[in-house]
Amino acid sequence: MLRLEPRKERSRAMALAAPLIAVALTMIFGMILFALLGKDPVRAIVTIFWEPLTNDFSRSELLVKGTPLVLIAVGLAMGFRAGIWNIGAEGQFIVGAIAGGAMGLAFYDVQGVWVLPLMCLAGAAAGAAWALIPAILKVKFNANEILVSLMLVYVAGLWLSALVTGPLRDPDGFNFPESRLFHDSATLPILLEGTRAHVGALAALAAVLIGWALMERHEYGFSLKLFGQAPRAARFAGFSQPRTVLLAMAVSGGLAGLAGTFEAAGPVGQLVPGLPAGYGFTAIIVAFLGRLHPAGILLAGLLMALTYIGGEGAQLAMQLPAAAISVFQGMLLFFLLGMDVFSRYRLVPTRGLRKGAA
Amino acid sequence: MERRTFLAGLGATTAATTLGLGRARAQDPVKVGFIYVGPIGDFGWSYQHDQGRLAVEEEYGDKVQTSYLESVPEGPDAERALRQMAQSGHSLIFTTSFGYMNPTLKVAKQFPQVKFEHATGYKRDANVATYGSRFYEGRAVIGTIAGRMTKTNTIGYIASFPIPEVVRGINSAFLAARAVNPDVKIKIVWVNTWIDPGKEADAANALIEQGCDVIMQHTDSPAPLTIAEEKGIYAFGQAADMKEYAPTARLSSIIDDWAPYYIERVGMVMDGTWEATDTWKGIASGMVKIGDYNNVPEDVAAQADAIKDGIVAGTHHPFTGPIKKQDGSDWLAAGETADDGTLLGMNFYVEGVDGELPS
Repeated sequence: MLRLEPRKERSRAMALAAPLIAVALTMIFGMILFALLGKDPVRAIVTIFWEPLTNDFSRSELLVKGTPLVLIAVGLAMGFRAGIWNIGAEGQFIVGAIAGGAMGLAFYDVQGVWVLPLMCLAGAAAGAAWALIPAILKVKFNANEILVSLMLVYVAGLWLSALVTGPLRDPDGFNFPESRLFHDSATLPILLEGTRAHVGALAALAAVLIGWALMERHEYGFSLKLFGQAPRAARFAGFSQPRTVLLAMAVSGGLAGLAGTFEAAGPVGQLVPGLPAGYGFTAIIVAFLGRLHPAGILLAGLLMALTYIGGEGAQLAMQLPAAAISVFQGMLLFFLLGMDVFSRYRLVPTRGLRKGAA
Repeated sequence: MERRTFLAGLGATTAATTLGLGRARAQDPVKVGFIYVGPIGDFGWSYQHDQGRLAVEEEYGDKVQTSYLESVPEGPDAERALRQMAQSGHSLIFTTSFGYMNPTLKVAKQFPQVKFEHATGYKRDANVATYGSRFYEGRAVIGTIAGRMTKTNTIGYIASFPIPEVVRGINSAFLAARAVNPDVKIKIVWVNTWIDPGKEADAANALIEQGCDVIMQHTDSPAPLTIAEEKGIYAFGQAADMKEYAPTARLSSIIDDWAPYYIERVGMVMDGTWEATDTWKGIASGMVKIGDYNNVPEDVAAQADAIKDGIVAGTHHPFTGPIKKQDGSDWLAAGETADDGTLLGMNFYVEGVDGELPS
């Protein structure tokens, strides 16, 4: 038989290898799944992981899909390192889209280079404020931030539907639940002509760099790590826990809000009830897949985007069911969490002889 | 069920070539794409559209090649899904949910040689046609049945989004029910989704707790029918017949039959007569069908048939005055019928409907 034995120290090699093994296992079990569905498994994997990289349009779409994932995940990683579990990035994303979008609509048809920055500011501030609700409740009343932030996702979603069916509704839209299309000054500039890749991608890249500097090279990053691993030691070192919680939540909320504004002002171009596409939740997977490290998150975000775009390609080209693609993506997190166990434990065979020794 | 699979190596480059040469060579199949908001296994809305797709394949055989993308959310992903289809050599693309409207128009502008058909929308372009069904005609028929069958005089209605199409259905069902049962009330739950079996089931349970004993729905899954069967009340199939989910509880159904329309439109693309038209047809055309009656007493069935036959013959309009709006103001004078413009933009309840329209 086999049993798990705790390692004295976290295995660094295993921690880095875990995502790679998880991706490999996902591919293997994905192939089994596709084969069971009667589809050519090799072709499916090639379609999902390779074909999107072979044409310009799909590559540009990787940026579109990866941008919000990376932006949000970088923010989440800071909190996660300190054991602050902001599960409600999706809600912060939505209020960011609402605030940024509402700002754009407030200045409808007003031209000016200041419109977009104002929208981004509004979006980031709204996202941060939304994340501060669970943060303040945690600091003041020790309320569980996982629950509160998660519940606020649904509140945000309802606000979005209420606003696009009410005050923000397109006056010429026959009562259909959507805002006007944003005018030019309120629409994000496109990076590559003819695609949807927008300047938000640059912001995501900046977030990765700043996130790296903060987390790896700044005292703030050290305080986060310390709170995550030894909260008492962190307090003795003079770090304030309430401040850490408030700041981590506000930063992750702000980035999620910014991502929401980008999404509204970029690929969607208006406020619609269907605007949230689950980026806030997927970003949690991205954060862990990237080992809570900005560079890892960048890669993980692009990988996740790849599975979405490749998944659509596989649906279209091979008529793979959409649900099979979702299962495939779910496997990735499952295997990752499973593999993570091995960075803290090692597998040892239990035989008669060994028993005495242990 | 036979499903056509694509030739291997369907890269964008090969697709672009097909696109260029395809029109010239008559033997090349016309590629037709469909985008669905739910899974084809929803056994409701998306399922029926997919049945239409299969009918197109059956009709034209080798001359046509169809493909679909299912569960495409009505958000930022819709545009990419559409572009992938447009880029891979499809000549005609059906976008089968309201929320695809702006993405459809955006992509259509970039691919002027591809033809698009958007279901239930109102924006058109040189290469974007719209189509929809007068579901409200079906509502009048099942509303009549509901009005007669309810013992608690309370009908439950599971509604998706407060858009004109849905509001029209509620009003039509209520007017028909009240015509045969002056005491009838209608309770509405908004679930803010087209398809979510969990939410739909919750809504059904909530309505039953409020005393509803007949349930109608404007959502896509059969979950409410399953609940109705369990709780021993009545319900109606929506979009598809749904009989197998509630053999006892299902009284009838409103069935969307897209097959004739899809076959006609694909044919038009083949012979070059396709135009960006607006189609809005009902029971008379066969686009809306009424499912078999089940557990419906004969006199109720006769009454429902009378409404249906009247609609087909053009002698009965579900919105015939006198009708007041919910706020008590006059809408239609005695004998007056609603014009299509008002129906298409309907954003008010008629008098007697409970609750406030979310706006």
